[in-house]
Amino acid sequence: MSNYHLNYLEQLEAESIHIFREVAAQFERPALLFSGGKDSITLVHLARKAFAPGKIPFPLVHIDTGHNFPEALAYRDWLAQEVNATLTVRKVADTIRQKNLTEPRGKFASRNWLQTYTLLDTIEEFQFDACIGGARRDEEKARAKERIFSVRDEFGQWNPKLQRPELWNLYNGRIQKGENVRVFPISNWTELDIWNYIRKENIPLPSIYFAHEREVIEHEGQLVAYSEFVQLDESDKILKRKVRYRTVGDMTCTAAVESNASTLDEVIEEIIATRISERGETRIDDKVTEAAMEDRKKGGYF
Amino acid sequence: MDILRFITAGSVDDGKSTLIGRLLYDSKNILIDQLEALEKSTKNKEAGSIDLALLTDGLRAEREQGITIDVAYRYFSTPNRKFIIADAPGHVQYTRNMITGASNASLIIILIDARQGVVEQTRRHSIIASLLKLPHVVVAINKMDLVDYSQDVYNNIVIDYSNVAKQLGLPDITYIPISALNGDNIVDSSTHMDWYEGKNLLDHLETVTLDEDINLTDPRFQVQLVIRPQTTSLHDYRGYAGKIISGIYKKGDTVKVLPQDIESTITKIEIAGKEVEEAFAPQSVVLHLEHDIDISRGDSIVKSDNLPKVSNELEVLLCWMDEKPLVPGNKYLLQHNSRLVRVVVKQLEYKLDVNSLQKQEIDSPVKLNEVVKATIKTASPIVFDSYEKISSTGSAILIDETSNSTVAAVLIK
Repeated sequence: MSNYHLNYLEQLEAESIHIFREVAAQFERPALLFSGGKDSITLVHLARKAFAPGKIPFPLVHIDTGHNFPEALAYRDWLAQEVNATLTVRKVADTIRQKNLTEPRGKFASRNWLQTYTLLDTIEEFQFDACIGGARRDEEKARAKERIFSVRDEFGQWNPKLQRPELWNLYNGRIQKGENVRVFPISNWTELDIWNYIRKENIPLPSIYFAHEREVIEHEGQLVAYSEFVQLDESDKILKRKVRYRTVGDMTCTAAVESNASTLDEVIEEIIATRISERGETRIDDKVTEAAMEDRKKGGYF
Repeated sequence: MDILRFITAGSVDDGKSTLIGRLLYDSKNILIDQLEALEKSTKNKEAGSIDLALLTDGLRAEREQGITIDVAYRYFSTPNRKFIIADAPGHVQYTRNMITGASNASLIIILIDARQGVVEQTRRHSIIASLLKLPHVVVAINKMDLVDYSQDVYNNIVIDYSNVAKQLGLPDITYIPISALNGDNIVDSSTHMDWYEGKNLLDHLETVTLDEDINLTDPRFQVQLVIRPQTTSLHDYRGYAGKIISGIYKKGDTVKVLPQDIESTITKIEIAGKEVEEAFAPQSVVLHLEHDIDISRGDSIVKSDNLPKVSNELEVLLCWMDEKPLVPGNKYLLQHNSRLVRVVVKQLEYKLDVNSLQKQEIDSPVKLNEVVKATIKTASPIVFDSYEKISSTGSAILIDETSNSTVAAVLIK
């Protein structure tokens, strides 16, 4: 094998950097949608590389549901400072108040769906023409069909039947006024690729990705963090367990995994050994119907 | 560990979805919850059987209608290689999707039903593979279980297909007799076909040599964007960011900026802010030049001793991808890597029959899924190579400026 050879993570990195630079060149007002999870942390790391030694030429935007893990919020603020990026936060709670929306009810009342309202308002407020997100095609069936540049109409809707063909590495980002493009630079990465990359690049993560003691309740076989956002039933017992998170979403819809893995190596070892998918193990919101994600995406979800 | 991107060609009846399902399932890349969802949606429930084809249908309409309407991407890996599958429907009305999927692939699996042998569809898929110059072809002769695993049947198909391959000039062809349904020669070597001495499919995918697929001899680079931080510490910093399309660039190289036709020298190469002595395809880099030249997005930086072509007029094959037919004389935008220019489609020479490769006279508007030979004139010069020589500088897309749709794949002659 010659010296002029990239290993698979370097190939993925080069491709993602190319996509980031296309966004910066093709759009006037891009934004990076930052959730505090490992995928968007990887995005920030890649963006930094793409524009070095300059700073990331767009803001990090966080749509705050109000149900976030405090560790993720602290990390978010630290990271924005660390990379010297503009951080814009918009709160779902404000949208609910301003638009008189109805809060979802129930045991694990999730504001996941309401996020879309805040996101669309934020896009309008700042006139963002491209929103970069950390979705991966291996996550879910509907996402397997998503383009890297995915055009959304003025209602933020995805029309899977009217997608532009995406040939070679040519990304057509041309849009009409009012439309925007969702861009997914890590489309071709899998969960394991992300973890291996985080290890290779030594990217710091929020502490909740590693094993820690936490108060949880058990619900249909999944462990959900006990917090003020969860309504307890009489039968619920608050348990103390050693857990880590495999994905980081809202406290109300992300389940924890029992684990002793306190280092990246140990976490990766566990993920290689697991026989359950990331979303299946940790997301409570995808289980409602088989087409849950497809429906949310059509409605403007990220 | 490296990456192999491949496309599977075949219709639903050829067992394409079953093949992909089988690859994922037998290589243990399907997880328990995905399997449970699969079991739930398997309609004809025989004890213990699951419909592997259901794994690949992503959208509700597809599941309801039992069809595939778009390219989906699947991922799996073994300790040796990461695989990206472009799963595209193979019917004639989906030529667009096949070309899209094939554009990023370096290997194609062409499925042949052992009972039917080489059919029109096989020919079409092979023609697309040859048009797009895919470096590796696997001919998977499927449903061997339905022909009693007969070596004669297999041999006859190999002879038939060799003729097609010779006609099309396809390189590196590997034949594998399989049964996707039963898992013969997919991940495990078949116990029913002792006469077959080659590798099973996954073995082959894991070992096919990919090193030569990347061109390291012809240096090509197009500027994506100019990085100018304009801060006090980086006041005079001006770097040209882009992906090395092919070849190797070294500090000190004499280069030419095209189409300006100005010579300069590379003074610095950076990758992610770190200086390196040399860089190569497909790395994303930042180049610095000795002279202050007016360079912007879309300009090429190449080596002075290895020049691409520069022209205002291109001979191309257009694969039409839009519902609206092609109107000769119309203006479109040509996106050629990072260069965007207005073009006019001038002359249409002939239509290429994707089932026979025959050149036909054009007597009606060029419609979706048709391939035509055309001459296009560009508003400013394009720096290019033939697709045959370097696919990334020999390919482009056409965009309809009024709808913003991508309306054609362009292969430069």
